[in-house]
Amino acid sequence: MADVLEPIAENLWTNEAEPALIGGRLPSGKIVFPYPSGDAAEGVEPWRLSRKGTLWSWTRQDFQPKEPFEGPEPFQPYLLGYVELPGEVIVETRIVDCVLGDLKLGMPMEFVVAPFDATRATYAFRPEKA
Amino acid sequence: MEDVYIIGAGIHPFGRTDGRSGRDQGVFAVRQAMADAGIEWTDVGCAYGGSAAAGSADIMVNELGLTGLPFINVANGCATGGSALASARNAIAAGEFDVALAVGFDKHPRGAFNAKPRDYGLPEWYGQTGMMLTTQFFALKIQRYMQLYGISRETLGRVAEKAFRNGVHADHAWRRSPVDLDTILNAPMVNDPLTKYMFCAPAEGAVALILASGKKVRELGADAVRIASVAVRTRPPGSFEVFAPSVDIDNGGKPTILASKAAFEQAGIGPEDISVAQLQDTESGAEIMHMAENGFCKDGDQEQWLREGRTEVTGKLPVNTDGGCLACGEPIGASGLRQVYENTVQLRGRGGGRQVPGTPKAAYSHVYGAPGLSGVCILER
Repeated sequence: MADVLEPIAENLWTNEAEPALIGGRLPSGKIVFPYPSGDAAEGVEPWRLSRKGTLWSWTRQDFQPKEPFEGPEPFQPYLLGYVELPGEVIVETRIVDCVLGDLKLGMPMEFVVAPFDATRATYAFRPEKA
Repeated sequence: MEDVYIIGAGIHPFGRTDGRSGRDQGVFAVRQAMADAGIEWTDVGCAYGGSAAAGSADIMVNELGLTGLPFINVANGCATGGSALASARNAIAAGEFDVALAVGFDKHPRGAFNAKPRDYGLPEWYGQTGMMLTTQFFALKIQRYMQLYGISRETLGRVAEKAFRNGVHADHAWRRSPVDLDTILNAPMVNDPLTKYMFCAPAEGAVALILASGKKVRELGADAVRIASVAVRTRPPGSFEVFAPSVDIDNGGKPTILASKAAFEQAGIGPEDISVAQLQDTESGAEIMHMAENGFCKDGDQEQWLREGRTEVTGKLPVNTDGGCLACGEPIGASGLRQVYENTVQLRGRGGGRQVPGTPKAAYSHVYGAPGLSGVCILER
């Protein structure tokens, strides 16, 4: 199913067999996410971010956000958090393929493209499969 | 720098006041503050004020009087009140005026704030996918903190329980009934680990403070408290803030630490000298983390502090004596000034059922907000 879904935004992750988020490398060497837009992109090199990291923090969204949220109806609570990509940056992300009780600080996580609604996909991380 | 004093404090009750605009609540607070100070509008030399969602402050001259005074609109998000206070203080310290007004007010729609990605320079997908919510940020920050420093869910609950207990005794508070610990812990979850009773809600309200020079204080024989310091600081590199699609791996810097250090330095005192503190409690976890960020305890000590009741009105360091944001709600433009209002009440010994015992000498207030700024004010008697 995932291969027929449109990405929620262009240039958010790479279009390849094992996709990865696209960050930016500043002239100082610092890695940022997402890749900046407009004048802020000057001198910033696109940077393919690591597909693996560790869980930095997490929560569950239990109430339906107001707009600009565009999630499917009826609302289903979802997990989100931050994943630290070693030596790069800590990215905010949806978390999928697990429940709240599974999550532990520092656990290994891996990148995945996940369905967002009936027509679109977004990026997420999930606990790394052993 | 010449000493500057607060000689009048006014507040419009927080919560919901249908049929009265945010600015009219501001005018109400200004009139109360002037009556408290024993002055007239014609005595006010300059004014600073604003709101986040209820319009400009300078139009208040229509109601208060066309005296020709300079009235500067402040639009500084959660630091609107703190920036107005800092500016009013500086105007007097510079010797240009003897009396200045700082006013903040607001009126927000019900429910959580819904920020627009574009207003924060963020891509649309960040809002569309449901990651741009202030409540999530607070949950994510305390979740990590709880794991790192062993803070329990009970401790989060105790913070809220204390807030509602204190709010009972504050005329200006919105929530004025106690809520027991079990109810707080078992309430519907907003963002794990925070239940609905652990979050403050956007609200309405207004606060006005009249500031004066030492000369004016003597002239009026005013019941004055001295502003020992005011410091507003924005975020340093590597700080973890609301609306952040990513965080620097070299993280740990915090605007609150900067503002707190600057305020203590200016005042020439330390955390151990503070008798009462109002700390930003957007939710229970914020109060816990801000106890440490402001230098009052070490990371993790909050577990013991709350269990032993050290932050109760009768404790070693009373925190949020009027119930804070949890009991008062959060009208953004007024919230930081409410803390200074409450400290003025405490130092004057007018706190009634929530009065800190003994004679508090130094009072500390700390406001924090998006996109990563903190304002600290220390008052002394």
